[in-house]
Amino acid sequence: MPRINSPAELEEFRQGILSKRDPNKPCITLCSGSACHATGSGDVADSLEKEIEKQGLSGEVDIRRTGCHGYCERGPIIVTHPEEISYFQIQPEDVPEILSETIKKKKVVERLLYTDPGTKEKIVHESEIPFYKHQERLVFGSNGSIDPKSIDDYLAIDGYSALAKALCGMTDEQVLEEVKKSNLRGRGGGGFPAGRKWEGSRNDPEPIKYVIVNADEGDPGAYMDRSLLEGNPHSILEGLTLGAYAIGSHEGYIYVRQEYPLAVENVLLAIKTAEEYGFLGKNILGSGFDFIVKVHQGAGAFVCGESTALMTALEGRVGEPRPKYTRSNIKGLWEKPTVLNNVETWANVPLIINKGADWFRQYGTEGSKGTKIFSLVGKIVNTGLVEVPMGTPLKDIIYKIGGGIPGGRKFKAVQTGGPSGGCIPEELLDLEVGFDELTKAGSMMGSGGMIVLDEDTCMVDVARYFIEFLTDESCGKCVPCREGLRQMLKILTNITEGKGREGDIELLEELSETAKEGALCALGKSAPNPFLSTLRYFRDEYEAHIKDQTCPALSCRDLISFYIDPAKCKACMICARKCPAKAIDGGKSKIHIVDQDKCTKCGTCFEVCPPRFGAVTKISGEPVPSPIPEEERIIKKRKKNE
Amino acid sequence: MSEILLQIDGKEVKAKEGMTILEAARSAGISIPTLCHHEKLEPFGGCRLCIVEVEDRGWTKLVVSCVYPAEENLVVRTRSDKVDRIRKMIIELLMAHAPDAFELQDLAKEYGADRDRFEKEASFCIHCGLCVRYCAEVKKKNAVGFVGRGTKKEISFIPEIASKECWDCKECFPLCPTEALQAAYVLTKALFSSRSSS
Repeated sequence: MPRINSPAELEEFRQGILSKRDPNKPCITLCSGSACHATGSGDVADSLEKEIEKQGLSGEVDIRRTGCHGYCERGPIIVTHPEEISYFQIQPEDVPEILSETIKKKKVVERLLYTDPGTKEKIVHESEIPFYKHQERLVFGSNGSIDPKSIDDYLAIDGYSALAKALCGMTDEQVLEEVKKSNLRGRGGGGFPAGRKWEGSRNDPEPIKYVIVNADEGDPGAYMDRSLLEGNPHSILEGLTLGAYAIGSHEGYIYVRQEYPLAVENVLLAIKTAEEYGFLGKNILGSGFDFIVKVHQGAGAFVCGESTALMTALEGRVGEPRPKYTRSNIKGLWEKPTVLNNVETWANVPLIINKGADWFRQYGTEGSKGTKIFSLVGKIVNTGLVEVPMGTPLKDIIYKIGGGIPGGRKFKAVQTGGPSGGCIPEELLDLEVGFDELTKAGSMMGSGGMIVLDEDTCMVDVARYFIEFLTDESCGKCVPCREGLRQMLKILTNITEGKGREGDIELLEELSETAKEGALCALGKSAPNPFLSTLRYFRDEYEAHIKDQTCPALSCRDLISFYIDPAKCKACMICARKCPAKAIDGGKSKIHIVDQDKCTKCGTCFEVCPPRFGAVTKISGEPVPSPIPEEERIIKKRKKNE
Repeated sequence: MSEILLQIDGKEVKAKEGMTILEAARSAGISIPTLCHHEKLEPFGGCRLCIVEVEDRGWTKLVVSCVYPAEENLVVRTRSDKVDRIRKMIIELLMAHAPDAFELQDLAKEYGADRDRFEKEASFCIHCGLCVRYCAEVKKKNAVGFVGRGTKKEISFIPEIASKECWDCKECFPLCPTEALQAAYVLTKALFSSRSSS
């Protein structure tokens, strides 16, 4: 194992790696992030190894298991190099053809390519696919080209060059100034300027200081930090080390949730190899700077993503936020100055040091610089991780990259910022994403969750869902959050069950104020957001539930009934057979009727009724029409010649 | 230690550096209601009842006085419409659990809180943590602790420690603003004696 003692040695070593790599040698990269792993990339990898041997290609083709490419909807993904042909949704049985056609004969396997849903055209290269074409993948892009378990792969793409540049060519103050100048803001939630946070710690006279990576990503549906840590762990270590150098810290922690086993595995390995190479430990790159990193696995409490709760948990105590008003960059972990930043924030740092603050500032808006990775999920065609410059309109993310709403349904709202974020309605789709822009719209950036909701989603139920999540995850220390959320959840549940009362909205508003103003930590203070933002834009839905016991989205089970339109029913028996409650009466040639007393409102009949009939409908707020007389239920078959 | 001059409810108040607003106010005879505060214990900031309005360099914000440090020239208002509204709500929320606690009833009278605003879920404990913290910080015994999280959080005696330590102490009993503590202790004792006798 080489120990690298200077920037010159690093450069020499890097050239050594590159010279051993033939850019024209075929290489297959296979996405092996958690999402693709779940869709079978492990089996594809096994099949690749076997098939390479079988087809006599051993030694002639490299396989690289990379981190997440982002297009999780279409995984597992294979890209063949040097031609950069992209294949999607690959199963083990596709492997022989890829090897025999693409690797051996340099021919494209048409059926495995991406098909443009509009033009029906086949697209060969990743960069030309709409999902990727409109992105700017500065931070996330390297995921697709390196094996996270190989430090040499990271070095081959200029890894640790920012560290060499900083440690051996810049003063700690210059590093801080560059980050300050870049106006990099925290990607974890608050959007606080990283440079200013660092400066506070740096200026504190206390000699012992800490740096922490917050990898306790807990927002439902958000996984950008996991994918970065799994797919490019060295970039996080490099960023963290640069931060430590800037503030004068010699000890860092990565707080990662234990539900991320692959991230934990990859980052532990990365630390070990970085120590062996001399990028961590004593006298890094011969600069005289010492820095070590330890990994702490969180036990899965959402509140531990809150910085002071995280630090309390790191100290070995119950993960509850601290009541103190002192900033943790002055008195943080063990009361020492501590800089805590999120995974994505740290991942930006090597880029800023390498390419400069001016380069970084060319991306983004006045108040929000650089790019942001969003986790695009929900009712969207292209689920996945997308990285765009700050200032990209929501519309472009949802339609150009996300491909719009599936099933021809209408867009209703996009929920951003995690559980304590808010919902943004259709009329604000032109909004340019940025920290301040999202806050102004009543939501927030948070860590970058983006859940798309369509017209079938009830906004009251959305608020109830997130408040329920937050109630489960409240640490219970302060009254406004613990008790306030408990009552908010009860009221919201009642509303969705048709038991809402006049005055509920006002009471919810009062409880929201108490939490917003009185709760101890940022999570409690922002907990009412799911209610407040849905009320702001969808007040009519709340009123319909309370006043008319109607769910306009036809979604709340207690407020809807399933009804079969006798004029459309063809008595095909499909719904009657599938109904798990045996609530549908009817037979061959006998119009079906839903027995409302037996119906459990599971919606199966609605889903299985053939679209060309469309006989099953949902009704809310009005009585179900009474069944037609028995004699009219018989459908007379038309004779052939009639 | 240097002296600080601040203003509370229009009154000039002298405080020592390191004091909280609550300590400064009480030393000047100005009362601020609390439920989880105890002078022998570290500030907890859990009940949020001692919330006050402060004006700091032109900004008005709400802070809890048991934690917020007394600062030079700080302007503090211990009552305002907003402060009263939040205190009233906190009392109402807690009365769902301990409707008959005397301390809460007195506070309810002061702030016009409705005892029956929320459906009763009488658990008696309002999670002020006085017993838990007193046992840990003053007695250093940790015989009583919190278990669970969030809305499922409860106080619980650790039978193995409680059976040895609590019988002759019970110093936490008078601290409890409701009757919850005594009930929990009686329960633990009953459980423990039934287990050890079986």
